Amino acid sequence: MAGLIANTELLRKLLVGFVRDEVHKVGVTDAVLGLSGGIDSALVAFIAAEALGPDHVHAICMPYKTSNPESETHARLVAEACGINYSVVPITAMVDAYFQMFPDADNMRRGNKMARERMTILFDHSALLRGLVLGTSNKTELLLGYGTLYGDMASALNPIGDLYKSQVWQLSEAMGVPAAVIEKKPSADLWAGQTDEEELGFTYREADELLYRMVDLRLTRQELLSAGFDGQFVDSLYQKIRNSHFKRRLPVIAKVSNRTIDRDFRYARDWGK
Amino acid sequence: MDFTAVLAQIKPKLGCLADNLALAEKEIVTATAAGADLIIFPELALTGYFLKDLVPEVALRLDSPQILRLMELSHGISIAIGFVEETTDYLFYNSALYLEDGAIRHLHRKVYLPTYGLFDEQRYLAHGSSFRAFDSKFGRFGMVICEDMWHLSASYILAMDGATTLLCLSSSPARGIDGETLGSAAAWQKLVSTTALFLNCRVLYCNRVGFEDGVNFWGGSEYIAPSGESTSRCKLFEPESRSVMVDEGALRRERIFSPMIRDENLFVTMQELSRITQERGH
Repeated sequence: MAGLIANTELLRKLLVGFVRDEVHKVGVTDAVLGLSGGIDSALVAFIAAEALGPDHVHAICMPYKTSNPESETHARLVAEACGINYSVVPITAMVDAYFQMFPDADNMRRGNKMARERMTILFDHSALLRGLVLGTSNKTELLLGYGTLYGDMASALNPIGDLYKSQVWQLSEAMGVPAAVIEKKPSADLWAGQTDEEELGFTYREADELLYRMVDLRLTRQELLSAGFDGQFVDSLYQKIRNSHFKRRLPVIAKVSNRTIDRDFRYARDWGK
Repeated sequence: MDFTAVLAQIKPKLGCLADNLALAEKEIVTATAAGADLIIFPELALTGYFLKDLVPEVALRLDSPQILRLMELSHGISIAIGFVEETTDYLFYNSALYLEDGAIRHLHRKVYLPTYGLFDEQRYLAHGSSFRAFDSKFGRFGMVICEDMWHLSASYILAMDGATTLLCLSSSPARGIDGETLGSAAAWQKLVSTTALFLNCRVLYCNRVGFEDGVNFWGGSEYIAPSGESTSRCKLFEPESRSVMVDEGALRRERIFSPMIRDENLFVTMQELSRITQERGH
């Protein structure tokens, strides 16, 4: 599908320009990001290094004791490949201290807690280093809601939030992200052997083909069925988008005045920049 | 007559009137010193684009000190510039001024305010209601603002009103990354070229650059000869001031070779448009 094939040269220019412009205009020179060892954060690291200069990018790897050791190896590999600053801040002590109080917590609670623990570390380093936190969620996971609200979804700027996973793969290749990171199976790395695609029940490639037509081209359900998509798959992704929409919005404010923030008090974030 | 025009592909700051005015003034002074005759700025050059509730805060009356300053500068060079206009009855327009010899030669208020996709202009602004050609030192001009140009009738009316040069002031957002060139740039390049070709007129297109809330404005300002050929085009994404030589001879020759405008039958157009208006019942 032509729409999912990106002109990587153009895309690179736009995203590098975006990071440079939006970081510098708030009066800072640096950026902070979590490096998981996966492809999304690797790509953001490469974009940021090109935009701000590698010395101005600070990557933090935040493993938990059950994280695959390969993830940390890959994170280091990525940091070395693009020359950015790299440090490791393990989250085991904080997360375990908390769950000692709630030993029966399931995987979802534990996964969310880890994501939010990492968020607090990134924003603490944002203050420490005077750098903006870069988000690393792609459009596929943002649409499916496959992320933790106020966890990995939290950031100041997200350069890849309008890129489907398929486009993340293409741009990563074009920008020289190490092959080992591009080729491995996407994983949230919450427990050993977990893969995104197994947990979701479909491949990113399949999801992207459908999401692109449903969201970007706005094909109707009937048109999607005629194009050969399975009705159940169409309905299930539509529901995922709808049910996770709250994650893509600010908290709902009860309106009582004439000018309520965001509803009728409307300013761009770049106001005065 | 031949003249030199400068396409000032600037990067305004959102809602920062004083900074943007200083930037414009710097561009004007440089172009004047270089001996240019005309300088063209983008749409909303003095304010930035995604203004939302900032509209009333950055709006200028035509007798404001800022506009008077630009008028004063127009003694040295003619100026086309976009801003938010506030009227005495407190309407706010996305407007463009053409200033020459210390006076306002023309004011255009954007007629077509896009309110779809990423655009939301009609929520914040009043729409203009006319397209009028006007006489400048360099011939008869017509001005449109960005979305206006996507309505064939706008450029057609200006050409019928005698304009041989169209100025288009633009703040066009970048989108479409699946083609050889940027989607919105390719679409605009087709549009300005076709407009020049159909109407045997030149187009001076000035688009801004920079980012606002993650939206990029792609630049690519250009001068299209009456043949439809792009004779000079600014870079994408970066600020640039490009000086272009506008050649009177090329316009004359094109109008001799392809006299479509001479042969255009305004009577038929009006008769059919009147019929359609009547049939629609308004």
